[in-house]
Amino acid sequence: MQQSSVASSPWRKRFKLAGTHIVLLVGAVVMFLPFFWMVATSLKTYQETLAFPPKWIPSVPQWRNYVEAVKTQEHFVRYFYNSFFVTIATMVTEVIMTIFASYAFARIKFLGRGLLFALFLSTMMIPGEVLLVPNFITIVRLHWYNTYWALIIPFTVSVFAVFLLRQHFLQIPFELQEAAYLDGAGHTRFLFQVMIPLSRPPIATIALLKFISSWNAFLWPLLVTDSAKLRTVPIGLMSLMQDEGLKYHYWMAAATMALVPVLVVFLAAQKQFLESVAKSGLKG
Amino acid sequence: MKLGATLGKWLDMPVGATRWTWRKFWADTSLAYLFLLPSLAVIGLFSLYPVVQAFLLSLTDYHALRRAGEFIGLANYREIMQDPMFWKGVKNTAIYVIGTVPVTVILALGVAILLNQAIRFRAAYRLAYFVPYVTTAVAVSMVWAWIYHEQWGLLNYALGWFDWLGFKPQQWLLDPKWTMFTIIVIAIWKGLGYTVVIFLAGLQTMDRELMNAARVDGANERQVFWKITWPLLSPTTFFITITAVINAFKVFTELFVMYGRRPGPLREGMTIVFYIYEKAWDDRLMGYASAAAYILFFMVLAVTIFQFWYARRRVHYD
Repeated sequence: MQQSSVASSPWRKRFKLAGTHIVLLVGAVVMFLPFFWMVATSLKTYQETLAFPPKWIPSVPQWRNYVEAVKTQEHFVRYFYNSFFVTIATMVTEVIMTIFASYAFARIKFLGRGLLFALFLSTMMIPGEVLLVPNFITIVRLHWYNTYWALIIPFTVSVFAVFLLRQHFLQIPFELQEAAYLDGAGHTRFLFQVMIPLSRPPIATIALLKFISSWNAFLWPLLVTDSAKLRTVPIGLMSLMQDEGLKYHYWMAAATMALVPVLVVFLAAQKQFLESVAKSGLKG
Repeated sequence: MKLGATLGKWLDMPVGATRWTWRKFWADTSLAYLFLLPSLAVIGLFSLYPVVQAFLLSLTDYHALRRAGEFIGLANYREIMQDPMFWKGVKNTAIYVIGTVPVTVILALGVAILLNQAIRFRAAYRLAYFVPYVTTAVAVSMVWAWIYHEQWGLLNYALGWFDWLGFKPQQWLLDPKWTMFTIIVIAIWKGLGYTVVIFLAGLQTMDRELMNAARVDGANERQVFWKITWPLLSPTTFFITITAVINAFKVFTELFVMYGRRPGPLREGMTIVFYIYEKAWDDRLMGYASAAAYILFFMVLAVTIFQFWYARRRVHYD
């Protein structure tokens, strides 16, 4: 694809190609190294973690580090349960709300549509940090402190997701809607029987984006909960590190376990995910 | 009449409608609001109302334990401006922004250009660079803390190989002079792949014919890049820079995790968001913290406006 006007010798071309691969490979190794080091450490004995020069591969993989990591924290299993519950509840609620909101903005002509959509988009300009204090006060006033509500409800709307799905809904031919209308199908039936089946990929992307951001959420869950019964994985990890002594082999085992769900979900749907990221940049 | 028409247009009312279409319009409007109700409630309660609420709070001495505050005008803002700790936060945040954004943009552009060729393993490379972006900040901060460990860390071990170049092991996490450096490295590592994917998308929308024509006319690769690729890519670069700067202003989690809930050793790694966090949740001065948050808001806004102004002649939307 890359061609120079000056006929370059095949050797020069090959040399250039090799150089490209070397640079990209070195970069990829650097990106990957922290993960490798995390997993390697998680399988070492305590003595091996303190070896110098460091051991790249543990001589006998210590799988029981994972069991020990779970045991060191009384509520470790609970954190995972909470994270899964909060993540899935947020994701499902968001997807349902986004479908209805996007449909209204894309397909129904109604009073104040343009203004309302502009209002929606304008909230993207506000840095979330400005909202922390007043939202915290709201949560306390609603008696939602230390409840799942506080972890779920504020994250059930993503303006970016509404924007993404609305964009997709707009591309579905309007003739379909007229035909459906003449057949006696109103908006609701059209939405469920035509729009949603035709929009599976963008809906999956929205769900995926929410899964990842919800699983990774840290500051807000830290602020609105203080009971171990409600805390999520990232906060559990953080408190793990405050234990006495160096237990990096356990800590790395815990970090690995925390990353597995998000990595599995991402790798399963990476193509769609990368596409949506690429699209978000082209809007600029 | 004119006013009525303008208002009607602003509110998306039908023009020259018959009674039947009006009836349908009102039926549709009620349905649309029914569809939007949940989203509007959440956005209103957790995004719009708090913007106003934060500003009103910033004019009071609201305390989290008293759950009340008196109106004190701009006193919070005045006090923040005189707090050296706040200015340390501003300085460190600026260092972080300047340390992360240009390096990320340059490295990502380089990688994207290399990946924008018909080479093998393209998808695999792209994936490898992207993975850190989706990972949990807390988990990877723990991993990096281990890499930075002064005694058994991988980084000091690797520096040992370059002993002959004068590199010495450092107390990465204990010496305040390295604090911003440690989190800048994590930020670049975590954000690079995201930027690569966006640059790559920008590169792929370009017309290759244009570059090939220039090459046929005798332009060398450097000229092709600076005269064609770079100007055509400017909207993408602009988008990336704007969003990267806004995000960099929010630096908090990596610092919080790696330094055990403190803003770096000897509090030397204070950032603006950390300052807001400490004021609101350690000192419980929520009015004061809201004022600091509003200052952050205006700083981000000012920097964004400056970037738009700076870019007005340098970004080319065909």
